[in-house]
Amino acid sequence: MDFAYLSLTELREKLDKKEISSVELTKYFLGRIKKSDLNAFITVSEEEAVQQAKAADDFIASPGENPFLCGIPYAAKDMFLTKGIPTTAASEILDNYIPPYDATVIGKLKDQKSVLLGKLNQDQFAHGSSGETSAYGPTKNPWDKTRLTGGSSSGSGASVSAGLSPFALGTDTGGSIRNPAAHCGVTGYKPTYGRVSRYGVIAMASSLDSIGFLSLSVEDAAHITEIIAGQDPKDSTTGQVEVPAYAKNFKNNLNGVKIGIPKEYFIEGMEEGVKAKVLEAVKELEKLGAQTVEVSLPTTRYAQMVYAIICPSEISSNLARYDGIRYGHTVHGTAKDLMEVYTRSRAEGFGDEAKRRIMTGTYVLSAGYYDAYYKKAQKVRSLIIKEFAEVFKKVDVLVAPATPSVATKLGSAADNPLHGYIADQLNIPASLAGLCAISIPCGFARPSDGDAPSLDGLPVGLQIIGPQFGEQKIFNVGYAYQQATDWHKKHPLV
Amino acid sequence: MLTREEVIKIANLARIQLSQEEVEKFQKQLSTILDYVEELKKVDTANVPEVFEVTGLQNIQRDDKVETADNHQEIFKNAPEMKDGYYKVKAIL
Repeated sequence: MDFAYLSLTELREKLDKKEISSVELTKYFLGRIKKSDLNAFITVSEEEAVQQAKAADDFIASPGENPFLCGIPYAAKDMFLTKGIPTTAASEILDNYIPPYDATVIGKLKDQKSVLLGKLNQDQFAHGSSGETSAYGPTKNPWDKTRLTGGSSSGSGASVSAGLSPFALGTDTGGSIRNPAAHCGVTGYKPTYGRVSRYGVIAMASSLDSIGFLSLSVEDAAHITEIIAGQDPKDSTTGQVEVPAYAKNFKNNLNGVKIGIPKEYFIEGMEEGVKAKVLEAVKELEKLGAQTVEVSLPTTRYAQMVYAIICPSEISSNLARYDGIRYGHTVHGTAKDLMEVYTRSRAEGFGDEAKRRIMTGTYVLSAGYYDAYYKKAQKVRSLIIKEFAEVFKKVDVLVAPATPSVATKLGSAADNPLHGYIADQLNIPASLAGLCAISIPCGFARPSDGDAPSLDGLPVGLQIIGPQFGEQKIFNVGYAYQQATDWHKKHPLV
Repeated sequence: MLTREEVIKIANLARIQLSQEEVEKFQKQLSTILDYVEELKKVDTANVPEVFEVTGLQNIQRDDKVETADNHQEIFKNAPEMKDGYYKVKAIL
């Protein structure tokens, strides 16, 4: 029997009715992972997964209700600390690191008796939008193996798209969930900053890091969010805002919903096919009852530059902890003094993109340059936040393309120091303002850089942006769209 | 364009050893990034406050409760060298 691409609700029913056991389901997905050649996983935790599945089956066999994700397998980006299971951040500096504790989100999924299949490939330390900066090589796009998945949650995108796991945890600092979701044709959710605990997730840029996931539908996304969101005493930036029963509040129409179309998101040079598909989706939303209006967010263009300063600044601080003394790659045994332990451990352990970002941050924060770069960037960030606040007085959500192009060829990010900032320019503004957003599939478009295996082309992502803690609004729009269309039910031949 | 000396100084502050070739490579690449963000200067930010966070939360505390942590061994296992329950580092003097 085929269990790939079933919804979480369908999997729940099959498990509850004992039509299938968690062990069978887990082995089914482990089998698919083994056969896959996408380089989506860094670690497959087969033994632990089967043990967890057995425990879930015992729980299901006992009387009483089962938690929603009980016995359902998932995978996690290698940024999430998993007790006893290697966690590398796709870097060499952490290639031998075994976490002594679980991230809060991993703990919540353990409480559900969900089954962790393994740890997914990604851009190294989540730096990038291609998957190419991984020390373990790029992940291949299931729709066209000569192309990138996008990133940084590259393995998460490939895993959900290729049916290797029903959902996959990811992180989004400036687009790292929405970008691969768009390129791999799946649903990707970037929560409001503070909606989901960051505790135990390897820190990149702490004022931006958002913990989310990629899934097969908005309906699945709503269910997962209900479980992983909420205040965490171990992350003081998690708000005290109640977590609603999102999935219960869905409607099939968008009557009374006001949608803004920000004109600055249809940038010069974006692929015509992408633009056309997004505008078709806007028409569909109107058919569902939504009222659409063009809006302007004039500072949008500068968001990518603000990000190119703030993100490396916070990275240079967060990555200072990798010192070759307490954990991670080290030259402790051969260095002549402490300074050399630091400088050589870090030289050998970090890839080029991490080095570039650490040094960029170090420079812009250094004496004499702070005002011109960092302070300036934080002021422009103020303007971006204010513009969003103004526009959300007039509309419920914003709808825009998730990326300016479909997936590009392997190697196209290469050594370009600006690749990540430019590829994510339509995702970064919402990140800087701490807003929630999702990317959902809205069709296919032909690439501008060569052919694709299918004449239809490659997946296009529709981005829906909402105000802080406006998850219900973006989910409602996405859900209604997915009730009326079947783009999210198209899967690659793998 | 950043000078070679500037790149070496930054790398030293960031505690990353660079080869000669890397100094040249990053000299170009870091300069590309700094040129790219130059356009921000065009934005009028007179009387605009800086922002450092987006939550609006203040003084968030949790109960000062003692909890037992019994995972010392798992933590220490990741270290290259320990002695008597301490991390061993090279002499700094």
